[in-house]
Amino acid sequence: MHVAVERRLRQPRWLAVVVPLGSIAFAFFVAALVLLATGIDPLSTYRQLFDAGFIQSGSLDQTLITTTPLAFMGLAAAAAFRVKLYNIGAEGQMYMGAIFGSAAGLYLGGRGGAAPLPIAAMVVAGCAGGCVWALIPGVLKAFFRTNEILTSLLLNYVAGLILTYLIFESESYWRETKGFNATVFPTGKPLPPSSVWPGWTLHAQGGVTVPLGAFLAVLAGVVVWGLHKRTRFGFESQVLGDSERAARYAGVRIRRKILAVMALSGAVAGLGGASQVGDFAHALDGDPNGLQKIGYGYTGIVVAALARYNPFATLLIAFLIGGLQNAGSTLQGPSFPAGLVGVLQGIILFSALGGEILVRYRFRISRRSKGEAASAAEPAS
Amino acid sequence: MNNSLLVVLIASGVAYGTPLLYAALGELLAERSGVLNLGVEGMMLGGAVMGFWAVERVHAGTAITLAAALGIAALVGALLASIHAFLVITLRASQIVCGLTLTIFAGAVGLSSYLGNGLNLADIPARKTFNPVFPGGMQRLPVVGPIVFGQNILVYLSWLCVIAIWLYLSRTRPGLNVRAVGESPAAADTMGINVTAYRYAHTLAGGAFAGIAGATITLALTPQWVNGITGGAGWIAIALVIFSFWRPELCLVGAYFFGALQALAPQLQARNISLGPTVLWTNALPYVMTILVLVVVSSGTARRRLGAPAALGNPYVREEH
Repeated sequence: MHVAVERRLRQPRWLAVVVPLGSIAFAFFVAALVLLATGIDPLSTYRQLFDAGFIQSGSLDQTLITTTPLAFMGLAAAAAFRVKLYNIGAEGQMYMGAIFGSAAGLYLGGRGGAAPLPIAAMVVAGCAGGCVWALIPGVLKAFFRTNEILTSLLLNYVAGLILTYLIFESESYWRETKGFNATVFPTGKPLPPSSVWPGWTLHAQGGVTVPLGAFLAVLAGVVVWGLHKRTRFGFESQVLGDSERAARYAGVRIRRKILAVMALSGAVAGLGGASQVGDFAHALDGDPNGLQKIGYGYTGIVVAALARYNPFATLLIAFLIGGLQNAGSTLQGPSFPAGLVGVLQGIILFSALGGEILVRYRFRISRRSKGEAASAAEPAS
Repeated sequence: MNNSLLVVLIASGVAYGTPLLYAALGELLAERSGVLNLGVEGMMLGGAVMGFWAVERVHAGTAITLAAALGIAALVGALLASIHAFLVITLRASQIVCGLTLTIFAGAVGLSSYLGNGLNLADIPARKTFNPVFPGGMQRLPVVGPIVFGQNILVYLSWLCVIAIWLYLSRTRPGLNVRAVGESPAAADTMGINVTAYRYAHTLAGGAFAGIAGATITLALTPQWVNGITGGAGWIAIALVIFSFWRPELCLVGAYFFGALQALAPQLQARNISLGPTVLWTNALPYVMTILVLVVVSSGTARRRLGAPAALGNPYVREEH
C-alpha cells in the first residue's frame, strides 16, 4: 500500500469549514489528555469553562468584554496577514489608540459638548493613533525593505513603555494627580461622563449589555471585508501578497499598497484601544500588570489565523475565544491553573495549522507500487 | 577603574548578551537549514521555567544540579521546537504563523505561565546559581578582570559554541550539507542529502539552544522566575541573526552590543544619572536600536552581501521542485 500526497487543484469550500472545526475538536481531545496526565478531570473542567464563558447569567456580559478587543485585534491581524504583511504589532497599536483616544475623550468630554462629539472624536483619534504606530513598520518595509515582523513586534515593547511612562513615571495629561488615591497608587485620569461609550441591553439570558465597541467591531469587519472583496485596492493588495513580481508587472504601486494595508490594520487595532478606554476601563491603564499583561494583540493573531483571515469568521472566532479567555480568568485558582487557556489556544491553532495540509493536499491511498504512483501523480504537479 | 561606567557596561553587556547569544546561535542553525522559527521567545521561556524548576527539585551537588538544569532546559526547548519542525517540515504549514503560535503557546500567557504557577516557582530565589569561576584576585585585575575573568561558566561555554558552530558550518561535511539544504534543497536532495533529516536536526538543535538561553536568564542573570521574564530577548535574538549576516562570530559582537544596551538602564539608575525621562528611553533603547540597525542592514548596499539562506521559509516538497 502506498500513500501519495498530491496538491489539490481545487480546494472544496466545505473543507475550509470542516478542517478548523475538526482541529478545535482535536485540540480539546489533546488538551484533555494533558489534563488527565496532570490529574485534573477534563470533562468537568470543560463544563466549567463553557458555563463560565457562555451559559451562567452575566457570563455573556463578561465574554463581550474580552470578545470586543479580540475582535478588533483579530481583524487588524486578518487585514494585514491575508495579503502576507505580517503586522504583529497590533498590541502596541492598541496602546497607541488608547493613548490618543483617551486624550481626545479627556479634552473634549470636559467641554460640555453634545455627547456624540467626544465619542466620535475618540473613535477618530484611536484610529489615528494605531495608524501612526503601524505606519512606522509600514514605511520601513515600503522604503527600506525592513522585515515588518520584527519591527512591528519590537514596537509593542516601546509602546508599552510609553504607556507605563505616561501613568507611572510622569505627571502627564493622562494621569490622575488629584485626590488621596493618586498619591498612593498612580492611575489614569477618569473620562468625563460624556466621553464614556454607551452600551445597549438586549433582553436575552437575563439582559446582556452590548457595548458600542462590539458594534464598531462588526462594522470594522464589514469594512475590512468590503475593502478586500469589493474594491480595486483589495484586489491589488491580494496580488501583491501572492506575488510581488506579478504585482509590479501589473503596475501596482507597491509602496502605497504596503502603507495602505498597514494603515488599515493599525487603525483597526487603534480603534480597539480607544474602545478599551471608552467602553471598559474609562481611564488610560498604564499598569504593566494590567492591559499589557493580557496580550490581546497576540491572541488576535490566533483568532485571525483560526478564521483563515476571513473578517466575518474572525468575529465569530473572537466570540468563542473571548468566551474561553473570560472563563479562564473567572475560574483561575488552585484547581484551574493560569495559562491553561493560553495552552488550549495554542493547541487549537497548532491543530488548525496542521489540518491545513488537508485543505491544500489530498492523500490518495493506492495498492500500486511506488514507481507507478509517482508517475501517475506527475501531471498534477 | 573597574567601577567606571564603561568597564561595568562592557562586563554586564557580556553577561546580558549571553542569553541573546545562545538564542541567536540556535536560530542561526535553524535558519541555515532553511527553517525560520519565530518561536524563540516561547522556547526561551520554556527553558527558563523548566531550568529553574530543575534547580529547585534536583538535590545533588551544585555542579550536577546546574548541569541537569541546563540539560532539562535544552530538552524542553528541543521538544517545543519539535512541534514547529513537525508542522512546518512534515505538514508544510506556514513557518511564520507556526512560529508565532509557538511563542503564544509556550509564552507568557501560555505553557510557561501554566508550568511556573502550577509548580509554584514564582517569587522564590534560585537555590543554586551560576557564579564567576575565576578566583577573586583575577577578577580584580584592571579592566580585563570584570570583563574577561568575572563571568560565569555559561559565558565561556558560549564562546566555545561560537567557535564550534563556526568550524562546523565552514569546515565540516555535515556543516556544508546544512548550508546546501538552506540554499537549495532541491540540489541538496539530488546530491543524496536527506533534506528532511537535516532540517529536523537543526530546528531541534536551535530549540535546545533557545532553552539554554532561557535558563541562562533564570539561573545566572536574574536568578529567579517571573512570568514573561525574557521580555522580548527572543525577538532581539532573531534580529541579531539578520544583523550578523547569518555568521556565528558576528552574532557574538551583536549580542554583547545589545547586552550592553540592556545593561544601561539599571546602571544609570544605580548611579542616579538622569537625562530627561531616563527610565523610558533607557528601557526602550534596546528595542529602538534593534529596529534602527535592522533598517541599516536591510537597505541599500548591505542587502547585496546579506547572506540569507536562499530557501529560508520555504517548505521543500520533492515532487514540486
